[in-house]
Amino acid sequence: MRTAVIIPAFNEVDALPAVLADLATHVPDHYVIVVDDGSTDGTHLAAVDGGATCLRLPFNLGIGGALRLGFRHAVREGFDRAYQFDADGQHDATQVTALLTALDDADMVIGSRFVDDGGYQVGRSRGVAMALLRQLVGAISGQRFTDTSSGFRAFRRPVLEFFATEYPMEYMESVEALVLAVRHGFTVHEVPVTMRDRSAGTASNRNLRLAYHFVRLLIVLVAGGPGGRPRRTHGARKVDTTP
Amino acid sequence: MTGPTHALLAALTVVAVLVIIRLVRRGALKAKYSVLWLTVGLVLAVAASVPTLLDRIADRLGIWYQPTLFLLLAIGFLLLVAMHFSYELSRLEKRVRALAEELALLRGPVEGSASISDFSTSPDGHEPGQPRHSDGGPDQERD
Repeated sequence: MRTAVIIPAFNEVDALPAVLADLATHVPDHYVIVVDDGSTDGTHLAAVDGGATCLRLPFNLGIGGALRLGFRHAVREGFDRAYQFDADGQHDATQVTALLTALDDADMVIGSRFVDDGGYQVGRSRGVAMALLRQLVGAISGQRFTDTSSGFRAFRRPVLEFFATEYPMEYMESVEALVLAVRHGFTVHEVPVTMRDRSAGTASNRNLRLAYHFVRLLIVLVAGGPGGRPRRTHGARKVDTTP
Repeated sequence: MTGPTHALLAALTVVAVLVIIRLVRRGALKAKYSVLWLTVGLVLAVAASVPTLLDRIADRLGIWYQPTLFLLLAIGFLLLVAMHFSYELSRLEKRVRALAEELALLRGPVEGSASISDFSTSPDGHEPGQPRHSDGGPDQERD
């Protein structure tokens, strides 16, 4: 089983070396793809120094665009499965095994901070927004998910192929992606993980931005998925993998 | 409409039409937009040169305050144009994104990147570095 790690990175030159070292220690046989999402701080050099393969986007596309590029690369290079890992040190390489083990029974696995109390603290307004999203995603997918915005996720090849063309681009894309995957008949499971606290995002307009994207997500979800694409119904793992 | 106001509007219309023509001639506007704006200029020119025309149409339609007709048409038209631009922008953004990804893939890994062949062959005998499937190539338009 060949496994790729996809790390979207935007100006993460400080955090990236430790993340790559962490991965090299705990999962040395995984192929690390760092997608440099238009960084200006030499993130690509840190990636190469850390022993990763680095693809560079010509300008910042946001996490969705960076991920999709990573998926396309992983698919093109023939990987059986891949998982997403944060460049800012939020994720813990010792948790990867749990994620990949769960992938034996599912097409996609989400590492959840909240399955049981993972000890992860979020602010109150963010907590309320996440709870609302959880309800909505639950209603749409007919399945209970506790952490819809987790970026610690593993995918089997059929999902990689699907996301290589269909992965949503906008902020908080993980929620859309989750609903999209469920709608297309993929089996999605959650496993409990622990994450470290993240110290990013101190801008004063952050809440406003969150609110905007929250409303946008509600519209997208209620309107029937990104772009209102036709719902194809096919069983999990019966995806046609021929080009 | 009083004389001076009318003259002012007529002058503005002439300027607008001239600007449109200039832009079209320089090739700064794509043909479909030039047709659009030239039509707008033409309608404005007709309305300005036959000042009673709008009033008469408004009367015929039973509009009590005639200038409302002009405002109604203008707002409706601008709304449609704005919607069309939103649509075009969305499509362009999608294409730009696809191009950026394609460029990154074509450019290949940054120099000094770990090579895929450094990673061991999988148990099923699949050779690293040999793509098993294509990724479907550039994104197909879906709209």
